[in-house]
This record gives sequence, C-alpha cells and structure tokens, in this order.
Amino acid sequence: MHSSAFKRGIKDGIPICLGYLSVSFAFGIFCIEQGLTVLEALLISMTCVTSAGQLAAVPIMASCGSLIELALAQVIINLRYSLMSITLSQKLDESFNTRRRAAISFMVTDEIFGVASSQDGKPPKEYFYGLMLTPWFGWAAGTLIGAAAGNILPPVVITALAVAIYGMFVAIVVPPARDNRNVLYCVLLAIALSCIFSFVPFLKVVQSGFVIIICSVIASAIFAYFKPLGEGERS
Amino acid sequence: MNFNTFLIYLLVTAGTTYLVRVIPMLLVKKEITNRFIISFLYYMPYAVLSVMTIPAIFTATNYVISAVVGFAVAVFLALKNKSLTTVAIAACLGVLFTELIITYLI
Repeated sequence: MHSSAFKRGIKDGIPICLGYLSVSFAFGIFCIEQGLTVLEALLISMTCVTSAGQLAAVPIMASCGSLIELALAQVIINLRYSLMSITLSQKLDESFNTRRRAAISFMVTDEIFGVASSQDGKPPKEYFYGLMLTPWFGWAAGTLIGAAAGNILPPVVITALAVAIYGMFVAIVVPPARDNRNVLYCVLLAIALSCIFSFVPFLKVVQSGFVIIICSVIASAIFAYFKPLGEGERS
Repeated sequence: MNFNTFLIYLLVTAGTTYLVRVIPMLLVKKEITNRFIISFLYYMPYAVLSVMTIPAIFTATNYVISAVVGFAVAVFLALKNKSLTTVAIAACLGVLFTELIITYLI
C-alpha cells in the first residue's frame, strides 16, 4: 500500500520533472552568463527550487546587491507558495507531524501544488514524497547540465533557451487571464507599471527586485480591494 | 564575488523562500477567511510573473523581433492550454528560427 503510493507519486512527478529539466537547463545557462560558477548554480537550484525566485535572485547576487532587496524580492515573488502551503495543509492526513510538514514544505511549487491539490481526499504521505522526489532531481540535474555544458551549444541556441522560463510564465498566466477578466486586467495593470519602471528615465534606476515587488503589490492590492474573489472562486 | 559571499546570498535566498513555504504549513490549520488577503494572494502570482516577463523578455534575445515571435508563439499556445513544457520549448524554437533567418537570410 505504502510503496505503491510512493510509486504513484514518482509516476505523477515524471512530467513535472521533464518540464523542470528544460527550464532549469536554461537557468543554468543564465547563471553562467551572469558570472556565477557551475557549483553555485547547482547549489541555488538544490536549495531554493523556485524558478521565478531564482531568476530574480541571480542578478542581485551577481551584482552583490542588497541582502534586504534579495530577501524582500523572494518573499514577494514566492508569496504564492504561502497560499499553496495553506491549501496543501488541508490535504495532509494525521500522519503528518510537524517534522514531516516542515520537510514537504521545501518542495511546494506551482506544478507540485497543481498535481497534489487535484488528488481525491488525503493521499498517503508516501505519495507526497514520491511526487516531490523526481521533480527535485530534474530541477537540480537540468541546472547542472545547463551550467556545465550550456557553453558548448552555439550562442544562438543559448539565446533561444533564454526565453524558456518566460515561456513557462506565459503558460501559467495566459489561461486564467483568458478565463477571468479580473485576472486579465490585473495582469495588464502590472505590465503597464513594469513598463513605466523600465522606460521612464528617473524610475529606471530602481533595482529590478524592487520593481517586481512594487508593481505586483500595487496591481494585486488594487484588484483584491476593488475586485475581491467571490465565495465560489476561493478554491 | 567569492564563495563565502555567495553562501550568504544563498542562505538568504533559500532561507526566505523556505520560510514563505513552511510558516503557513505549520501555523495555518484553519482556512483563511479574510477576503482581501485571499484575493491578494490569488492575484499576486499572475502579477508577479507578468512583471518579470514584460518587458524583460524583449531584451533577452539578440533582436527584439525574435523575442516578439517567441512571445507570440507562447501566448498562442498558452491560449490553447498547451503544457508548460510545450509552451516553453515552442517559444525557444520561435526565437531560434527567427534569429537564424535574420542571421543567414537577411
């Protein structure tokens, strides 16, 4: 029973793992371009497991930016994981003590959240372990390969791979924006603010981590205030 | 940046990311009822990902036009509910082909 739940988790984790391989490969290349070493790129992926967070962190690291900016950017960018943790905590059976809750929190990601939260009832803890194991290896392995071997690829291929992570972001944002007008307008407002910070001369000097925080907090707060979720939309 | 400095940055990045994940998992046993907070957390990921993508994607390639093609391909396939992997790879291919055409044919 328990080992079969583990195997089922591993199996459900394989498509996530494959997706992570391609995105983390691009992340590995990105790290080298930013001046980090292969070991540093690998350590980041092994300990953080957050695509958007890592992408924001590396330029701050590479430019020896402010640690407060780095921490704030991580909190804001990864704030969605808090909501996912809250939702997933409702899927955990009584075998999840504090130590086990702390352990699985490490791998709360968009994709794992998506698969785990769509399970019926409360899956056994072995299912969660299996589901989280393969994607973690994929994320670390892809980063290692990208960082170590990315530079043997032609430059034009590396350039093309640089948009892989953005492509993934588009794939996350577009479907809900198509189906929910409030999400669409919130996204458009956030984009408009982001462009203002990129193109208006005296705002260009603001660090990218702060731009992400400012734009997304303003857009989300405005829509949370004026267009709060109805009762039926909360799940 | 030496390795010890890097480790401090790594500790801050990994530590804050983990705390964001683990604190709610350990503290929140009941459902959140505050409508504003729920709504804020609902909109936040989409706003964050959009801000990170635009306009940054348009300066990530050698030519703006190739990024535009990659972005358009990604939006088109995302509208058709293609998987994250499919969309990401297709965006890369869009950029690759556009850059090859510009480099060798124009």
